[in-house]
Amino acid sequence: MRRILWIVVVIVIAAFLVRRMSSRSAQGHNATARAMQKPVAPDFTLPQLDGQKLTLSSYRGKVVLLDFWATWCVPCRGETPHFVELQQKYSDRGLQIIGVSMDDSPDPVHPFVQQFHVNYPIVMGTAKTGEQYGGVLGLPIAFLIDREGRIVSKHVGATDAAVFEKEISTMLSSH
Amino acid sequence: MIRTVFLFAALACSSAVQATAQASSIPTNRQISTVALAKVLQLGKQNPLVIQVGSHTLYTQAHIPGSEYMGPANTAGGIERLRQRVESLPRDRFIVLYCGCCPWSHCPNIEPADRLLQGMGFTNVKVLFIASNFGADWVDRGYPTAKGD
Repeated sequence: MRRILWIVVVIVIAAFLVRRMSSRSAQGHNATARAMQKPVAPDFTLPQLDGQKLTLSSYRGKVVLLDFWATWCVPCRGETPHFVELQQKYSDRGLQIIGVSMDDSPDPVHPFVQQFHVNYPIVMGTAKTGEQYGGVLGLPIAFLIDREGRIVSKHVGATDAAVFEKEISTMLSSH
Repeated sequence: MIRTVFLFAALACSSAVQATAQASSIPTNRQISTVALAKVLQLGKQNPLVIQVGSHTLYTQAHIPGSEYMGPANTAGGIERLRQRVESLPRDRFIVLYCGCCPWSHCPNIEPADRLLQGMGFTNVKVLFIASNFGADWVDRGYPTAKGD
């Protein structure tokens, strides 16, 4: 009788362990699936204002806020001081803001960067860059990219700084 | 920090003034909706000269088929190109201006372009009302679109 009892106990424990392991495995698969659902941010290499090239994929490991903007875009101009503050505040934790100027020429961008004390790199975007990101046919458009280089969210139009900060803070804390 | 706040406040004020001037200065009877313009283009009877006065990067990605790129009308180059393009045209020529770079109330290009044509005596100018941007209000609604220069 005691032997039977022991066998039952062992079976119950084994069943519990198997179930727990399969549950964890399923969770892992779900997490992987969720990660796979996020599209990889299209890579690009574009010139910065000083002529040096910037490659997006070289920022893997950082949380990237990719901001499509232009000097003539009034809402973009309103967002810039907030981005400067966010870059300053979260730089140490791994945030990198990258501005993609959709101006036709870098001429108006140079004085803008100085005037606003922009503390993150600005590259000159092209129509191809816009198309890579699904068409940048209105500004501003910002993408938040996780440390694995996947697009987590897209913000079209002027977005409240608090929304960006909340998302960025969450993304920085999740690793 | 104080400098940033001050800069932002100054920007907000100038933006508000700019936006008000741009939004209120074009009367609704000189505006044309995206639906109406799409119909005009589809019927092909009125043959308007459609002119884009926004940036080249936006134009290259998508524009109204047959429309001509003049460059941002809030720049000296863009406004001069527009002036040269239309100066020999009859003043009753049907012209449609559009941009779509930004929400209507924030577009820096439409109002200067419209003001130029009004000042030159054009009597049949319509401005395409784009509420949000060209992508959302024209491309995403399935109206005809062309790419490239």
